[in-house]
Amino acid sequence: MKLRKAIDQLMQGVFLSAGLTAVVFLLGIFGMLLFNGAKTFKEVSLAEFFGSSNWNPSAYGEPSFGILSMLVSTLMVTAGAMLIAIPLGIGTAAYLSEVASPKVRNWLKPTIELLAGVPSVAVGFIGIVLVAPAIAKVFGLSNGLNALNGAILLAVMALPTIITVAEDSMRAVPKQFREASYALGANGWTTLVRVVLPASFSGIIAAIILGIGRAIGETMTVLMATGNATAMPNGFFDPVRTLTATIAIELGEVAYGTNHYYSLFGLGAVLFVISLLVNLLAEKLASKFRYKL
Amino acid sequence: MDTKLKIQDLRLHFGKKEVLKGINLNIKDNTITALIGPSGCGKSTLLRSINRMHDLDPSAKLSGSVFLDGENIYDRKKSVVDIRRKIGMVFQKPNPFPKSIYENVAYGLKINQLAKHKALQPRVEHALKSCYLWEEVQDQLGKSALELSGGQQQRLCIARAIAVEPEVLLMDEPCSALDPISTSKIEALMLRLKEQYCIVIVTHNMQQAQRVADYTAFMYLGELVEFGETAQIFNEPQMELTRNYVSGHFG
Repeated sequence: MKLRKAIDQLMQGVFLSAGLTAVVFLLGIFGMLLFNGAKTFKEVSLAEFFGSSNWNPSAYGEPSFGILSMLVSTLMVTAGAMLIAIPLGIGTAAYLSEVASPKVRNWLKPTIELLAGVPSVAVGFIGIVLVAPAIAKVFGLSNGLNALNGAILLAVMALPTIITVAEDSMRAVPKQFREASYALGANGWTTLVRVVLPASFSGIIAAIILGIGRAIGETMTVLMATGNATAMPNGFFDPVRTLTATIAIELGEVAYGTNHYYSLFGLGAVLFVISLLVNLLAEKLASKFRYKL
Repeated sequence: MDTKLKIQDLRLHFGKKEVLKGINLNIKDNTITALIGPSGCGKSTLLRSINRMHDLDPSAKLSGSVFLDGENIYDRKKSVVDIRRKIGMVFQKPNPFPKSIYENVAYGLKINQLAKHKALQPRVEHALKSCYLWEEVQDQLGKSALELSGGQQQRLCIARAIAVEPEVLLMDEPCSALDPISTSKIEALMLRLKEQYCIVIVTHNMQQAQRVADYTAFMYLGELVEFGETAQIFNEPQMELTRNYVSGHFG
């Protein structure tokens, strides 16, 4: 009896520490980013860091540390990707869950999930050799390595996540709700829009958030496909350089302990805060709409 | 009294299994008809074929006809949406939408465009009153329907079904998930509603069939064994099988 109780307590301890490990890692990463990033501001003002779009941290004489253009680039590419991926992804999820016959679903869904396994460097490659020339041709540009290219590629990369998670949540809507709707004379479309989508709203929000997370954090693809100009973009046809690409490009070459080094941690902290805000917003939205449709 | 529903040689297969083996049944308007029989006899399946719910299941193959006021609901030209609006259904487990009480009742009216904003409110109120639910919920119409008790939820589902003013009301064991008090409320409600509707109810509970039904159909293994006035089915059944079932020898 005593042994059973001891084992029970031991297991509780094991699972508790497993849960806490995740929190420790999260806080550790954020702490490290913040601690190192904060050192930037010994010499650089907050106003310059967030307000200037002049990024030249390794310049001789007067280096500059403005991240505004990169911040805008990241948000622009992500927003563009979501504009494409959200309607497409939710539409596909709705098709898979509500319309497709089991036969079609059984081969289409695994195929879509396979897409998630394509390495980002391969997607970037396709961006350079296929999508960018196509964009250049369609819009009459000298080259297509720009924000639009990045947005399209990120949309493709975020799609499998959005589709899988959204479809799971739509399929989790109890059959009784659909039957009740049909029995009242609703057709498939009405049932989808008025019953299935609202009932799976929190899952759809989760799908979108995971998609945004995938897009914001993606590095290799945007590094390869968006042109990497640090100037402030004027639109989707301008080349951009995202926060992630900057960190990836520069961290390998930067001298340890310099202001430049610390400012790259600052970029990381900004990225972290963006993801955190998006997640918090999603959590709030999802709980607000749950059962109050 | 007129025949409201006429079921003619209705056969249904799920895959290779024949679940309904040629059912013929006439159901009169403004009556309650109970379908009884042991589990798996096809009574729920028969009920669901009256508003074409099997359309949603690709493995279901159906032949035969169901006439509503002389018109075959399985006629290709008939819109299934119209049919389901005329033939409402209440399910075994209360299944209100995860919406507010008001939105649940208004749903059918909205999707069928039967009423616009201003006209909605009185019709919702009327449907809730008909189901004796108005007194209990009038101050909390905005509350989620899922916060109601099981019995209240089922009455809400009935209100939702009658809000669109159907002609027939199908009820699939509507009280099986409810306590005795809620059950008696629903039974009282059914007896009142039959003045306006033709009601068909599937029930496992033979006392319930005797309490509410004017006519009773006994089914066994996909066949309609005997159909007649409830008193006759329970007191002077013509068939050996019916006698054994209603007297509790099997089932």
